[in-house]
Amino acid sequence: MSASNASVSHIPSKLVADAAMKSLQRHKLIDQLFVILGMTILFASLLTLAVLFLDLVRDGAPRFGWDFFTNFPSRNAQRAGILSAWVGTCLVMLATVCVAMPVGVAAAVYLEEYAPKNIFTAIIEINVTNLAGVPSIIYGLLALGLFVYKLELGQSIASAGLTLALLILPIVIVASREAIRAVPRNIREAAYALGATRWEVTAHHVVPYSSGGILTGLIIGLSRAIGETAPIITIGALAFIAFLPTPPIGSEFPYLSFTWLSDPFTVMPIQMFNWVSRPDTAFQVNAAAAGAVLLVMTLAMNGIAIYVRYRFRKKINW
Amino acid sequence: MNKTSLAALLSMVTIGLSAVPFAAQAQTVKIDGSSTVFPITEAVAEEFQIQKRGKVHVTVGIAGTGGGFKKFCAGATDISDASRPILAAEMQLCKDAGIKYIELPVAYDALTVAVNPKATWVDQITVAELKKMWEPAAQGSIKTWNQVNAKWPKQPLNLFGPGTDSGTFDYFTEAVNGKAKSSRGDFTASEDDNVLVQGVTQDQNALAYFGFAYYAANAGKMKALKVVNSAGQAVGPSDVAVLDGSYNPLSRPLFIYVNVDSLKKPEVKEFVDFYLSNAQSLVKEVKYVPLAPAAYQMAKEHVKNGKLGTVFGGVSKVGLKVEDLLKMEAKQ
Repeated sequence: MSASNASVSHIPSKLVADAAMKSLQRHKLIDQLFVILGMTILFASLLTLAVLFLDLVRDGAPRFGWDFFTNFPSRNAQRAGILSAWVGTCLVMLATVCVAMPVGVAAAVYLEEYAPKNIFTAIIEINVTNLAGVPSIIYGLLALGLFVYKLELGQSIASAGLTLALLILPIVIVASREAIRAVPRNIREAAYALGATRWEVTAHHVVPYSSGGILTGLIIGLSRAIGETAPIITIGALAFIAFLPTPPIGSEFPYLSFTWLSDPFTVMPIQMFNWVSRPDTAFQVNAAAAGAVLLVMTLAMNGIAIYVRYRFRKKINW
Repeated sequence: MNKTSLAALLSMVTIGLSAVPFAAQAQTVKIDGSSTVFPITEAVAEEFQIQKRGKVHVTVGIAGTGGGFKKFCAGATDISDASRPILAAEMQLCKDAGIKYIELPVAYDALTVAVNPKATWVDQITVAELKKMWEPAAQGSIKTWNQVNAKWPKQPLNLFGPGTDSGTFDYFTEAVNGKAKSSRGDFTASEDDNVLVQGVTQDQNALAYFGFAYYAANAGKMKALKVVNSAGQAVGPSDVAVLDGSYNPLSRPLFIYVNVDSLKKPEVKEFVDFYLSNAQSLVKEVKYVPLAPAAYQMAKEHVKNGKLGTVFGGVSKVGLKVEDLLKMEAKQ
C-alpha cells in the first residue's frame, strides 16, 4: 500500500482519481454489456421454447380433453388417444430410473471415493466421458443384439428401460462425480477423525450431501431419455398397441407385480412420429397435442426434481 | 431422494392405470413391417379388437418392410406387413430358420408423381421421361426441366423422393429404372412422406413421388401427373384406373405374409380371416385402393388350402394385376 502511494505521489492526485474513475467506468460498462448479452441469450432460448410450446398447444388445442388421455390409438384421428403411449413412457422411465440411478451413483462413488489412481481407472474415466457422446442409435443396435436377442428379453419394457439406462449412464455418472467432488474435503476428514469407516463416510455424509447434484444429473439424463425415438424403434417398440401392460401394483398380495417388465409397449415420441408421418392431416393436430403433453411431462419431471433438491438443501446445514 | 422420486413416478402411473379396466391374460397377434401397410393393418386390428372385446391383443410395429421380414424370419412375429414382395435373400433367411409363410395381397397403392399446381407446363409424363430424371446417370447432369423434355422450361428441376429404406423407393426404382434401389442420389430424400408433400406444395419447380394416400389427403395443394402406360394412354392415379390395370406401371399391390405355424393358433387364423373379410371397406377408409372382391375370396382360399411361399420367387415384377398374381405358382 505504502509503496504504491509513494510511486504515484509525484502525479497530481486529481489526475490519478480521473484515470481510476475512467477505468472503473469502462469496467462497469463492460460488466453491463455482458449482463445484457447474457440476458439476451437467455431470453432468446427461453422464448424459442415458449413459442414452440405455445405453437404446439395452439395446434393441438382441439384435442385436449379426457378422451385424448384415455383412448387408445385409432385410424380415426378424432378418436385416437395417447393412453398406451403415456403409460408406456411412464413405465419405461420407471425402469430406466431403477437401473440408471443405483448403477450410476455406485459407479460415481467408486470412481471418486474408492478407486485407486492408476491407468485402469484413467481408462474407465476416459471411456465414461466418451460414451456420453455416442449417438443414441448405436445404443439401440447394441441393445437389440444384447438385451432383445442374447438375453432374450424380447421387445419389452425391460429392454427399453435397460437401453435408455445405458444411454443416460454416462450423463448420470459424470454429474454425480461432480456433485461428490463438491463435498468439502474437511467434512470427510472430520468424519474419519471421529472413527467412521470409508463406507460410513460415503453413506452417511458424501452421498446425502451431494444428492442434489446427483438428482440434477439424473433428471438431465431422463429428460434426454424421454424424447428418444431411434433406440426404442430399433429394439422394436410398436406403433399400434391398444392394450396396457399389466399394472405394477395389484389389489392382491403381494401387491407388486413385475410382469409389466416383459410386456410390449409404445412411447410418446413414437406415437408422435407415427402421427406426423400419416397422410391424413387431421393426425397433425394429434401429433401437436401429444408433443405438448410430452413437454409437460418433461417439465413436471424437472419440477419434481427441483422440489426434491430444495428439500435436501434445507436439510444440509454446514 | 430415491424414495420420493420413485413414489412420485409410481403414483403417476397408478393414477393412470386405475382409470382403465384391464383385460385378463389375452392372446396376442404380433405384426410388424411396412409403414405403408401400417394404416390398413392398424384399422383391421382396431376393429378386430373391438369385436373380440379385448380377448385378443394385436400389436402392430413400423420397422419397415425389410426390418419386418428380419423379425418375421426370426419367428418373432406372426404376420409381416410388406409394401413389396419378399426378396430372395429374405426367402433364404426364412428357409434357414424353417419359417413357412403364405403371401396375401391385401390392397393396391398407386405411386403418385406429383408437381406444384403452378407447374403449368406439365400434365402428363412418360416412363422414359421419369427414367431420364431418376436414373443413376442423371446424377449431377439432369438439373433443369428442359433437359428431360425440350418443351418444358429451362427451370431448375427439384426432385423429392422417399428414403432408400422404404418399399416405395424400391418399387419406383424397379418400375422406372428397371432395377430396385438403382436411383440417382442427389434428390431430397425423407422417410416422412409429409416432407415430400411440403416440398411439392412450396416449390414451383419440384417433382416428387409417394403413396396415393398422401396425394389424396393434399389433393388441393398439388397436381398428380398422368403417367403414360404400356398401351400409350396417359392415365391419372385413381381407384378405377388402378383396378382396371390401366394405371401402370406405378400401381403396386401391398401384402401381408402370414407365418404358417402361427396360423395354427386360432386367434391368428381368426385375425387373417377378419382381415380378408373386412379389407374391402377398411382399405377404402384409409385411402388405399381395395382389391376386387373376387381377389379377397381367392386369398381366403389360399389361407384355407395353405398355399405356401411367394409367387415372385424373390424378384419384383411390375404392373401385374392381383388376380393374376393369385393364380401364379408359388415358390418357397
